Amino acid sequence: MSDTNVSLAAGASKRGGSQLWREIYKHRVIYLFISPFFILFAVFGLFPILFSLYLSLHKWDGIGEMKYLGLGQYNYLLHDADFWKSILNTLEIWIISTIPMLFFALLIAFLLNSTFVRFRNVYRVIYFLPNVTSIVAVAIVFGTIFGDNYGFLNFLLKTLGLQPVKWLSSPVMLKVAIAVMVIWRWTGYNSIIYLAGLQSISNELYEAARIDGANLMQTFFRITIPIIRPIILFTLITSTIGGMQIFTEPQVLTNNSGGPEHGGMTIVLYLYQQSFLNHMFGYGSAVAWGMFVIIAVFSLINWKIVQLTERK
Amino acid sequence: MNGRFHPKSLLYQIPLLLGAIISMFPFYWIIVMSTRKTSDVFRFPPKVTFGTELLTNMKHVFQNMDFFGAFLNTVFIASCHTVLVLLFCSLAGFAFAKYQFPGNKVLFNILLVSMMVPGQLSLIPSFLIMQKLGWIGSFKALIIPGMASAFGIFWMRQYAKEAIHEELLNAGKIDGCGDFRLYWNVALPVLRPALAFLGIFTFIGTWNDYLWPLIIINDSKKYTLQIALSQLNGIYNTDYAMVMAGTFFATFPLIVVFLFVSRQFISDIAAGAVKA
Repeated sequence: MSDTNVSLAAGASKRGGSQLWREIYKHRVIYLFISPFFILFAVFGLFPILFSLYLSLHKWDGIGEMKYLGLGQYNYLLHDADFWKSILNTLEIWIISTIPMLFFALLIAFLLNSTFVRFRNVYRVIYFLPNVTSIVAVAIVFGTIFGDNYGFLNFLLKTLGLQPVKWLSSPVMLKVAIAVMVIWRWTGYNSIIYLAGLQSISNELYEAARIDGANLMQTFFRITIPIIRPIILFTLITSTIGGMQIFTEPQVLTNNSGGPEHGGMTIVLYLYQQSFLNHMFGYGSAVAWGMFVIIAVFSLINWKIVQLTERK
Repeated sequence: MNGRFHPKSLLYQIPLLLGAIISMFPFYWIIVMSTRKTSDVFRFPPKVTFGTELLTNMKHVFQNMDFFGAFLNTVFIASCHTVLVLLFCSLAGFAFAKYQFPGNKVLFNILLVSMMVPGQLSLIPSFLIMQKLGWIGSFKALIIPGMASAFGIFWMRQYAKEAIHEELLNAGKIDGCGDFRLYWNVALPVLRPALAFLGIFTFIGTWNDYLWPLIIINDSKKYTLQIALSQLNGIYNTDYAMVMAGTFFATFPLIVVFLFVSRQFISDIAAGAVKA
C-alpha cells in the first residue's frame, strides 16, 4: 500500500504536482482525521523539545529575566557530582531490578506453560494485578514493609533469628528496596508476555526434541530461548526505557529528598528537583538533555550488544 | 491429567504458589494496616490479621483531606481523557490503515519516531506552555495534551488493517457514505475489541498518572487521587493506619473494576507484545 503511495507521489511531482494536489484535496477529510495527533505533537512535543534546547543555554528562574549563558549550564552539568551520582544510581537500580525481574518472569512463564499446572488463568490475573496498582500506592506500602524499626520484613528477619536490615536509611539498601518495588510491579507483566510467546511454540517441536533425547535444560536453551528471543528483546527494551525514567518510587519513598546520601536520587527525580522545587529551568533543561544523550548512548550500546550476540 | 494427582506437578505448583503469595502480600498488608490502629502494627510482634478499624481510619482520611473530591476528580479526568483518546486514535488509526493518501508512510514514521523521545525532555517547556495558556491548575492540562496518543494510533492502525475488510468499506461507499460515515458506521463497530483494550489501558494509566499532575495541580480542591495520596503520606506519615486507609481507597476501586475485564485485557497485552 505504501509503495503505491510513493510511486503516486513521485509520478505526480513529475507532472508539475497538479495530480498530487488533486490527491491531497481528495483526501482532505482524511488529513483532518489524523490532524489532532500532529497538531498536539507540534505544540506539546516538538516545540517543547526545541524550546528546552534554547532554555538550556540560559539561566532562568521562571519569573525574572532570562540570562544567556551559552554552554555554561552544560559545563556546570559535566562537573556536577550530584548529576553523575543520579545517573549512577539510576543505572544501578536498573541493573538490580531488570535482571532478577526478567529471570523470574521467564521462570514463571515456563512453569505456567507446563501441562501440569491448573488454574492458569487465576495465576495470570494474580501475577498481573501489581501492574494495575499505582506506583504511589506501591511506594507507600513497601515503605512500611521495609521500615527500619517496625517494618514487616525486619519482623520476619528477626523471627527467623537474623539481623534486621536498615533498608531505608542506608544508601545501598534504599536502592535494593526501590528495585524490589520495580520487580514486584513488573515481573507479572513480563511473564504474561513471555507466556504468550511460549504458547506460540508448537508441542511437536518439543516432542521431536524429546525423541532425539534432549533433556529439559537442552530443550530450554536450544528451543525455548531462541524462539522467544525477539520477545525477550522487546521486554529488555521496554524495561530499559522504563528504568531510565524511574521517578515515583524514590520521590514518594524519600519525600523528594533522594534519601540518605542521595542514594535514591535518580535522573528524573534530580530533573524534577532542580526544575520544579529549585526553579532552575535553564539548568533543568540542561539536565534533561544530558539525560537524553545518556539514554541514547545507552540504547546504542544495548543495540550493538544485541547485534553482536545475533551473529553467533 | 485431569483430576489425577501427579507428583511432578508439585515441582511446578509450589514455586508458582510462592510467587502468587508474594504478588498478593502487599494487597493483604494494605488491608491489615487500614483495618488496624497504627499502634497495633507498629509494635513487636505486629498484628498480622484483619482488624475492625477501617471506618475509623477512613473517617480520619476524609477529615484531613478531601479524598472523595479527589476520587471524583480522578474519575472525571480519566473518563474524559479516555473518551477523547478513543475518538482521536481510532479516527487516525483508521485513516492510516485504510486510505492511501500522499504522505501516509512519512507521517506514520514521524508518529513512530515520536514514541521514542522520552517525555521528560519536554517536561519543563510543556509546563511553561501551560503557564502561558493559563492551564496551570486546570484539568485541561491533564486531559488535552495526550488525547491523540501515538501508541493509541499505532494500536488502532494495526488492528484496523486486519479487521476492516475492503469489501465492507466498498459496500459503504456504494451506499453513498462519506469518509466520516464510513468511520462511524462501518469501521467503529469492527474496531470495538481494540477500543476496549485501549480504553482500559488509557483509563488505568490516567488514574495512576503522577509526575505530570504533580507539576500541574497546585490547588487541593483539584487533587487527583495519586496527588492526594502522596500529600497524605508526606504530611501525616506517622499515622500509618490512616495513610493506608487512603491507599486502600486509591487502589481497590480500580482493582475491583479491573478484575471484571482482566482476562481479555491480559490476553490483549500479551498478544500485542508478541506481535510487536
